[in-house]
This record gives sequence, C-alpha cells and structure tokens, in this order.
Amino acid sequence: MSWDIKDDRPVYAQLVEIIGQMIIKNIFPPDSKLPSVRDLAALAEVNPNTMQKALVELESEGLISSVRTTGKYVTDNVELIKGYKRKIAVRELGRFINKMKDLDFTMEEIKDLVDKEVNNGNSFRN
Amino acid sequence: METVLEIKGLKKSYGKKAALDIGNLEFKGGKIIGLLGPNGSGKTTFIKLVSGLLTPTLGEIKVGGMLVGADTKSIVSYLPDANYLFDWMKTKDVIAFFKDFYKDFDEGLALSMLSNLGIDLKQSLKSMSKGTKEKVQLILVMSRRAKLYLLDEPIGGVDPAARDYILKTIISNYNEEAVVVIATHLIGDVENILDDFIFIDEGKVVLAGSVDEVREEKGKSIDNLFREVFKC
Repeated sequence: MSWDIKDDRPVYAQLVEIIGQMIIKNIFPPDSKLPSVRDLAALAEVNPNTMQKALVELESEGLISSVRTTGKYVTDNVELIKGYKRKIAVRELGRFINKMKDLDFTMEEIKDLVDKEVNNGNSFRN
Repeated sequence: METVLEIKGLKKSYGKKAALDIGNLEFKGGKIIGLLGPNGSGKTTFIKLVSGLLTPTLGEIKVGGMLVGADTKSIVSYLPDANYLFDWMKTKDVIAFFKDFYKDFDEGLALSMLSNLGIDLKQSLKSMSKGTKEKVQLILVMSRRAKLYLLDEPIGGVDPAARDYILKTIISNYNEEAVVVIATHLIGDVENILDDFIFIDEGKVVLAGSVDEVREEKGKSIDNLFREVFKC
C-alpha cells in the first residue's frame, strides 16, 4: 500500500481511495486513532488542505469520525467497513467488465476467462 | 482567514525594460502557492520584491496589512535561491544568528529537526554536501513562526530523497495561518503540495488557479498543463 498519486485525477479523490483501502486492509484498524491531518499530509506528500478535504469525504461515508479535541478515529463499525469494501469491489468489477467489453468479450466469455485464470492460480499482479 | 499578501498594480522595470508587470494579487492565510515559470520568467524578481530586497517601480505590496519594509521583515521568512549562509559558520553559529535576528525563531524546533538528520552542531557549513546545506537552510527558514514563507527553488539540485525530506519539512512546519510561496520550475515535484498555482512568463501572469480544479476539469496535472502553455 503506498501513497501513489496519479496525474490525471484530483488529488483528494485519490486520497479518499488510498485511505479507504488502508482502512479495509487493517493498516488503520477499526476504532484506531488516525495520525493528524498534517502528519498524514506529510506522509502522502500532499497539501494539508487537500488531505483535510479527503478526510471530510471519508467522514461523510461514515468510515471515520471526528472526536472533538482528540482527533479522528476509524469507525468501530466493522460491518460498515465490510460494506465499503464491497462497494469498492463492485466499482472495480464494473471498470474491469467495461474494459473487457471494449475488447469485444461477451459476459459469458468474461466469466469463462475469469474462472480459468482463477483456477490457474494467477494472482493478477503485473 | 485574513489576507496575508496583497499586491496592487505591481511593476518592476530596469530602465525601459519591464522585468515584472503582474497587476493585482491577493492571498489568504493557510495556503501553499506555487509560483511557476520557466527560467528567467521573473520568479526571483517577484520573491525579492515581496521580501523587500527590491523596490517596486510602480504599485504596492502589503504583508499582514503593512507595506513591505523593515516592519515586514519580522513576519516574512525567506529562503533565497543562492546560499545565504557564510561557509565558515558552524551550525550552532547559524542557530545563534537566527535567534538574534528573528523573534519568531523556534530554536527547539530547529534543534530537534537538525538532530533528527544527525547533523552535528559543531560541523561547519563548508564541510556539508549541497543537499545537506539546502536542508539546513530550509530547517532554519521553516523554524520561524512567520506569516509568509518565501521559498525560492527549495528543491533545486537535490536528489529525490532530499527532495522528499524538504517537501515533508515544509508541510509539517509551516504556520497554519501563513501563506507559503514556492517559486520553482520543477512543477511535477511540488504540485501535490500546492493549493493554488500561478504561471508567470516574461514577467506576466499567464494563468492562475486551483490545482485540484484543473485536475477535475481538464483531467491533467499542472505539470502537463505547464508543458502545453509553455511549449517551445
């Protein structure tokens, strides 16, 4: 997991995804305290206002909450994190399917291909 | 946030030649601004005018509501393009120098950053590598609780690890109500830490805006936008 910011999209939207994934992967476990906005910004080498904007977005998703004076915490609601994980998975799957359709695969062919690759034990890493 | 830097009808000429002609600009506190342009576009002239090293031919510059002059020196922290420290000095001499000159200098902060880098206070500046010297200068400048930080090419000529260190040091230490102006042509390296950008060329503002808005509207980085605007 790294703070790899791409060129083509707003930085805050990418930060929302990266931190969301860090929560899903337990790098920031449920009910744990997040580093300060400044520290997170320094870690990611991004503008602190941009980091703040990303955290506000994650807060509106319910993944984190602000506790007055003490800082921001990851939600203790494990089900909510699971739901978020599923939501991300469905979105990524949608992107994948659209790409495959662009390559002229039918849904049946896509399913077949996925099955075969999974059985081959491919980890899908380049 | 209050206005930290206010510029009205600013013009600087040398004889008949206009070096800078940028009209009006206003910056509120809490922002990191990129002053971006090719070599010789007027970035350093701008920084020197705001720091008070040069006087405008026309117009005025106010920092924290005061016209630039002796009064604003105490609230402006300036990192010049060139080495500004004397080579014979030891790190501890430079610390003493900053403590004498600037009331807002946080000595404890500077000492802790220097010790994190493993810099010996008895080491003289001339024995340091270029990258280390740049780091020491930046640490001193960022250890002031200033209202305006003017950083002229803070990452010029340093390796990627030193660059990361310098960016992290800027992000972690600037005063929250302050404005940070970073003048550089190394756009890809700094754009993620910027709120807003200003492109200048031949002394004029060519384009200005918010970094994330450009990405949202045009789907491209400031670096790519710069390459388009300044295509040779």
